[in-house]
Amino acid sequence: MASLAPTFGRGAMTNHWVDIKNADVVLVMGGNAAEAHPCGFKWVIEAKKHNKAKLVVVDPRFTRTASVADLYAPIRTGTDITFLGGVINYLLSRDKIQHEYVKAYTDFSFLVNDDYGFENGIFSGYDPEKRSYDKTGWDYVKGEDGYVKTDPTLQNPRCVYQLMKQHYNRYTPEMVEKICGTPQAAFLQVCEIMASTATRNRAMTILYALGWTQHSYGSQIIRTGAMVQLLLGNIGIAGGGVNALRGHSNIQGLTDLGLMSNLLPGYMTLPGDKETDYRAYIDKRAPKPMRPNQLSYWQNYEKFHVSLMKAWFGDAATQANDWAFDYLPKLDTLHDVLRVFDDMYQGKMTGYFCQGFNPLASFPNKAKLGAALAKLKYLVVIDPLATETSEFWKNFGEFNDVNPAEIQTTVFRLPSTCFAEEDGALVNSGRCLQWHWKGAEPPAEARPDQAIMAGIFLRLKAMYQEKGGAFPDPILNLTWPYRNPHEPASDELAREYNGKALVDLSDPKDGRVFRKAGEQLDSFAQLRADGSTSCGCWLFSGSWTQAGNNMARRDNSDPWGNGQTLNWAWAWPVNRRILYNRASADVNGQPFNPEKKQIWWDGRVWTGTDVPDFSLTSHPSDGMGPFIMNPEGVARFFARGMMAEGPFPEHYEPFETPIGVNPMNTNPKAVSNPAARVFKGDMEVFGKAQDFPYAATTYRLTEHFHYWTKHTRISSILQPEQFVEIGEDLAKEKGIVTGDKVRVRSNRGHIKAVAVVTKRLKGLMINGQKVHHVGIPIHWGFKSVARQGFLSNTLTPFVGDANTQTPEFKSFLVNIEKI
Amino acid sequence: MKVTRRQFFKISTAGLGGSSIALMGFSPTAALAEVRTFKLARATETRNTCPYCSVACGLLLYSVGDSSQNVRSRIIHIEGDPDNPVNRGSLCPKGAGLLDFIHSPNRLHYPEVREPGSNAWKRISWEEAFERVATLMKEDRDANFITRNDDGVTVNRWLSTGFLAASASSNETGYLTHKVVRSTGMIAFDNQARV
Repeated sequence: MASLAPTFGRGAMTNHWVDIKNADVVLVMGGNAAEAHPCGFKWVIEAKKHNKAKLVVVDPRFTRTASVADLYAPIRTGTDITFLGGVINYLLSRDKIQHEYVKAYTDFSFLVNDDYGFENGIFSGYDPEKRSYDKTGWDYVKGEDGYVKTDPTLQNPRCVYQLMKQHYNRYTPEMVEKICGTPQAAFLQVCEIMASTATRNRAMTILYALGWTQHSYGSQIIRTGAMVQLLLGNIGIAGGGVNALRGHSNIQGLTDLGLMSNLLPGYMTLPGDKETDYRAYIDKRAPKPMRPNQLSYWQNYEKFHVSLMKAWFGDAATQANDWAFDYLPKLDTLHDVLRVFDDMYQGKMTGYFCQGFNPLASFPNKAKLGAALAKLKYLVVIDPLATETSEFWKNFGEFNDVNPAEIQTTVFRLPSTCFAEEDGALVNSGRCLQWHWKGAEPPAEARPDQAIMAGIFLRLKAMYQEKGGAFPDPILNLTWPYRNPHEPASDELAREYNGKALVDLSDPKDGRVFRKAGEQLDSFAQLRADGSTSCGCWLFSGSWTQAGNNMARRDNSDPWGNGQTLNWAWAWPVNRRILYNRASADVNGQPFNPEKKQIWWDGRVWTGTDVPDFSLTSHPSDGMGPFIMNPEGVARFFARGMMAEGPFPEHYEPFETPIGVNPMNTNPKAVSNPAARVFKGDMEVFGKAQDFPYAATTYRLTEHFHYWTKHTRISSILQPEQFVEIGEDLAKEKGIVTGDKVRVRSNRGHIKAVAVVTKRLKGLMINGQKVHHVGIPIHWGFKSVARQGFLSNTLTPFVGDANTQTPEFKSFLVNIEKI
Repeated sequence: MKVTRRQFFKISTAGLGGSSIALMGFSPTAALAEVRTFKLARATETRNTCPYCSVACGLLLYSVGDSSQNVRSRIIHIEGDPDNPVNRGSLCPKGAGLLDFIHSPNRLHYPEVREPGSNAWKRISWEEAFERVATLMKEDRDANFITRNDDGVTVNRWLSTGFLAASASSNETGYLTHKVVRSTGMIAFDNQARV
């Protein structure tokens, strides 16, 4: 999500599942929705059947999504930036962009600082020792009035439009073919179909998944896709958007709730080491508008923050102690999972908790992960299932060859409930919070996660109460107002994150009390920075109001026929179904496409088929931009200093590249992402093409879900045994036929599997050489009702995206041999 | 007159219409004529959502077992919720097999511990589990909590214990987990969003 926020302001799927039916063109790239999201994919079929939509699939494999596509174009894994950069070049050089949209709703005309530059694969400000950039020069030019300078004529060579044009003119169809292996004719056909939506009345949606994120430059792939959509005017409109099809049922929710190293709920962030002053902490996160009349909604940051601290620490958070600012840990650096496992590997960690998470299977380089876990003093696994992680210390022959006697980790395994045995809400990919109800008791002594967290916490708190210890204040003062302290109920927690009034709240205009003390709030617009409101997650405010649980609403009527169903459950923010929907109307507030209108200015207020994602009373002539979270008011092509590796996405090779060079430059420092973090010892175990000549990629099968369904009988019957896929030409070269047992090796280990020889994968001509792909489904392991298999992350490299540290699971090198 | 089911069909096929036989009083006993009871008719229907991917298909869970003391309800069938605007009653191969997930033989039933160097699990009580886990946490936190950094700045962080949360858990579990984890000062904190 570190790519959408720097572009649009929020890190989430812009549209929603049913809205896909409104698309005229559907691009599926970096994903395989037909197999990974089958019931969501039905809306693509609806679009094809009832909206005459064209489905375009770009993928290294001819997937089941491709099998129903109007056009399929092959691509080498990990080269999506080149492909999409080529699309940008096509659109700009042929002037197939939606002019009205880009001029008014993007930073096209903004002038960029002279310090920004790009040369031979590297942006200005690079420090090769630190493998990072000094990003201060990557900014706009500001005028004396404090606002960013613009050139509405777009002629200034330092305006974003001109810089972008210059940056992408190197991404020619020839270069696309050379790097991606996509035949030029197929590439140009894709461009032509996409360009057909650069009009007021046609929409393209992009559906992507982990095929875009799991690269050392994954965030920049997504950004390139987002830029294409902006050029075409496809953001904020029905049937448009950049739509992250998220992998887990509540990955959106857990991210919204900020369960990450550096986050707090609602995309607020922890203070850093250097942020010692509360006021400076707030001001930095509450940016003033960069252009006149812009909303810059994050200016309300302090209201959200103080309300959070009141929810967590109650009366202990006061104005005098800066709302318990010191209770929050200060971040020295990002402690993402890769860093944590590296620290663990180096013996720097004592304990670790895995709540419904199986890291031994889910992160790269299993050998390193297992060795890391073995250095812990204690590991606590909370899960409904017997995971591999919980038995990392046990010998399972060649699948997990360890000696338990040598592993001194104490491991606790605590049984939790599964979805069917608990109440609560999940946030789907389209930001919709849907409530679910408990259907049965869990097996034997299994308990809900909430009871387990309470059990651990209350015991810890009692120990601090009795014996004291290191800074006990936040633990002792954590609010715990639950009916049954040993098992906080979902309805109580949902009310807490929605927020409530702590005193009678009155309207400053007329003094009328609109919420009494203790009442639930209607939305985050009612939050205050003076300690009079509490709210555990401002983004979810409105989900459980005084009127009740909006997430449990079940009216599926669709009066406009656009699939919006505004009374079904509840979507953040404030039940808006399509983000940035102000951009579906022109500068005068009239829908670009009257057939599929979203919101419009009715002469008095904004109204429409969706909840306006905008200031309701802002007259179109005020010129407020649709991207209200950005201080610019518009969307960003130029990401300023928000991306680790540069304001414009640039092609880099995967760390394990089958061609060894980056055809976009001649700089040995810029073959792979120059800003990606690589730990000592991991660079050394990257493989080289002479030993491992094949481009490998991992993926899911439609019959399985990650490492869960190998515990279910029916999935294990449907897909019982581990296999890998190779193309016919490679199989011939290697003397492998379908059904042969093969060994697939990377520089980190090997797996054995059955070979499936297929027409779905073909060798591609890249930079003058033939590159073959090896496809590796991920679903096997040593704890299973299916046949035991190898964890596929035995093969994968320990490096992540430079912004999010998402591991590079989709592009690495292997060799393959018949056993 | 008593006629067994088999005899009844024999008579019917002998040339007389079934309805007229019934009129004449020839009919099998009611119990024999009844079709097998449709199990779902007496099951409890609960609305839920699929825990797998982010389409979040609506589900109908059917369980049997009333709320009597010592009776545990058991889910016997799962199907797609036709009211849900996204999946409209459909489920994919994974979702259609959810019953086997709930009843997987690999579900965990009791708290367990594996002691250092041991090759086996040992069943323990929840009380023992909470006590031992909290003790280990406190020992580590008290030993390694960083109140100030090298520059003397208050940082109040705990780096030597980490926590991975699950992005298949509910908002409510996630929210409570975040609240507890941050109160301890932990920063090595993540969820599946990164993978």
